Amino acid sequence: MEPREGFFDEMYGLAGNVRAPYRAYGNWFADEQPRRLLAKTAEAERVFRRTGITFNVYGDDEAEERLIPFDIVPRILGASEWATIERGVQQRVRALNAFLHDVYHRREIFKAGRIPVGLVADNAAFLPVMLGQSPPGGVYTHIVGVDIIRSDEGRFMVLEDNCRTPSGVSYMLENRETMMQMFPELFAGRRIRPVGDYPQNLRTSLEASAPPAADGPAVLAVLTPGIHNAAYFEHAFLADQMGAELVEARDLEIVDGRVAMRTTEGPLRIDVLYRRVDDDYLDPLVFRPDSVLGVPGIMDVYRVGGITIANAPGGGIADDKAIYSYVPEIIEFYTGEKPILDNVPTWRCSEPESLGYVLEHLSELVVKEVHGSGGYGMLVGPAASKRELREFRKKLQTRPANYIAQPTVALSTVPVLTRAGLAPRHVDLRPFALVAPGRVQVSPGGLTRVAMKKNSLVVNSSQGGGTKDTWVVDD
Amino acid sequence: MRLSITHTTKYRFDEPVPYGLLELRLCPRSGPTQDVEWWDTQILAGQRQVRFTDHHRNVVELVRVEPGATETIVIATGDVVTTDTAGVIGPDQGANPPWLYERSTKLTAPGPNVRRLARSADRDVADLDVLHGLSAAVRDAIDYVPGITEVDTPADAVLEAASGVCQDHAHVFVAAARVLGFPARYVSGYLFVEGGQEEASHAWAEVSVEGLGWVGFDIANQISPDRRYVCLAVGLDYREAAPISGVRRGAGGETLEVDVSVTEQGSAQQ
Repeated sequence: MEPREGFFDEMYGLAGNVRAPYRAYGNWFADEQPRRLLAKTAEAERVFRRTGITFNVYGDDEAEERLIPFDIVPRILGASEWATIERGVQQRVRALNAFLHDVYHRREIFKAGRIPVGLVADNAAFLPVMLGQSPPGGVYTHIVGVDIIRSDEGRFMVLEDNCRTPSGVSYMLENRETMMQMFPELFAGRRIRPVGDYPQNLRTSLEASAPPAADGPAVLAVLTPGIHNAAYFEHAFLADQMGAELVEARDLEIVDGRVAMRTTEGPLRIDVLYRRVDDDYLDPLVFRPDSVLGVPGIMDVYRVGGITIANAPGGGIADDKAIYSYVPEIIEFYTGEKPILDNVPTWRCSEPESLGYVLEHLSELVVKEVHGSGGYGMLVGPAASKRELREFRKKLQTRPANYIAQPTVALSTVPVLTRAGLAPRHVDLRPFALVAPGRVQVSPGGLTRVAMKKNSLVVNSSQGGGTKDTWVVDD
Repeated sequence: MRLSITHTTKYRFDEPVPYGLLELRLCPRSGPTQDVEWWDTQILAGQRQVRFTDHHRNVVELVRVEPGATETIVIATGDVVTTDTAGVIGPDQGANPPWLYERSTKLTAPGPNVRRLARSADRDVADLDVLHGLSAAVRDAIDYVPGITEVDTPADAVLEAASGVCQDHAHVFVAAARVLGFPARYVSGYLFVEGGQEEASHAWAEVSVEGLGWVGFDIANQISPDRRYVCLAVGLDYREAAPISGVRRGAGGETLEVDVSVTEQGSAQQ
């Protein structure tokens, strides 16, 4: 395979020689018939269709349910590479939890002048109702997905934190399952760190954050907006895998000061609710009054320690894109350590000097809305038309504080299998961290998203991205 | 002044209600302007679920309507001894940052009408005079006409309609005060009116003024709250300070009957 000029290929490096973590796989691949492997790709697709992993693309009514493409070439990380990511994610997640506690209590970091308080004061992700409120066990972000990219020098950098309801972990699990089914020989006699214990770890981790009112073994439930949600499959999958109830708002009531699920045998109290419903919709008595996806009264029950809500409401202030650029300061402030993983360099358009630079270099930069997600409302300068650039320039000038800008980072590539053989495609990595009181556990690997289109740098599944199985192997 | 208050709220449902909740902010708390001698909230056909003090230091109670009820009644009653402090409540006892009260909400979002009104305020005078001027401007801009606005009419739309009730006056004033950079909040409570003909439920506003702390402004009546006022709850807007809000499942309509009586007790010693 010819690596893409100027990009770091994780299998072939910059020089074209197979890198150490890929050596065993490379040998296996060299002996394989391309035709058999292509047939396997088709087989994988059939498996996914059968298990029902599909994805609703936002803003596309025509293609309501679609399969996320799966590529059979694994993304492989060596143990020492992984150790850096793992420690970096743990450090980051600890710091973000400390930050959230500070934001909703003493606000020392603002008093110390490390972050402008206006970023929080005017931020919709900041929830006043959480002021003075300590979540059970002190955990704000029970599940965090940290989006990591790898630069042209092979250095890992954090692109984004996801502290609200990160999705994608079901793909991590299903991808591994599928690979093991299709290529058992790859797993025989080779130490690839398992990820299959994630649901059990999630369960243990949530149980460890049970509320003071829990009495006996904690009862867990997953709150889903329902079958029309893009990630409904994942909600059902995780509930099933960790032995939790799958509930919608209409299944829940307030009974004796607790949140309880209606069952034919009477109400079943819920101790920990893993909610996949956004803050805004969580409780119509407190947030959006028109929400039918939320549980009225749940915030009141939460206030008195009657339930654990995972992730805690108001955690979005920690993964806000305006806050993102301050995460290195956040890490140093709360841990006293230097960040193990760097941020991608970021211009805050709220600062006049940065705005000037961004406007001047718009066609080279990626501009993001500070509150957006999923690749919406964003400008990829090098790929944008003159008109798009013009329109975005206007937006930036009208509401500069609404945007940040980053260089178009030369995302690393990993080969995918095409009809013409291996071809480099750009990837990112979303490792999943589980937070329990006093412990942050990172599932080895995570979800690798891959831009299936040649030369594309957008890996979001909503924009046609696919996924790969992600391995952590011994050095 | 010793005020005796009875606040009765009656919900009548056309069909038995399978599931319903009421959230109450119906328990005044003692402070520099009021001393709550006793207070009691009775609930008929409903059970208390939780009770806590929220971040504005309001006492909040969550009540579940008795399943199958066709009527639920909440009766809050008690005696409050009030003091006239010329509207000055003083610094906050809670731990909230002052900027919390500069945040706008959906009901107090500063649209073009609110901004225009705020801009019209004379700013070359002392803070208190700026606010009194603003209060007068709000009162002038909105005629007291019940039935035009709803509880969820945002401040900007109130100005558009140019009419509303005390709640709307308070929302517009709070929104405009924030535009001018003052932390401001909405207050729900009671107003004693001699003769007792007028509505005794009332809403006004408080603004944090440098050197004084919170100062009350009754925009509807163009005065600062005195001994006739009892504060029930505060918040960024009506939703956070509403004495009762509710949600329910089930078909059929409902009728709401509210009766508030505030009387002066003869033995008042001031």
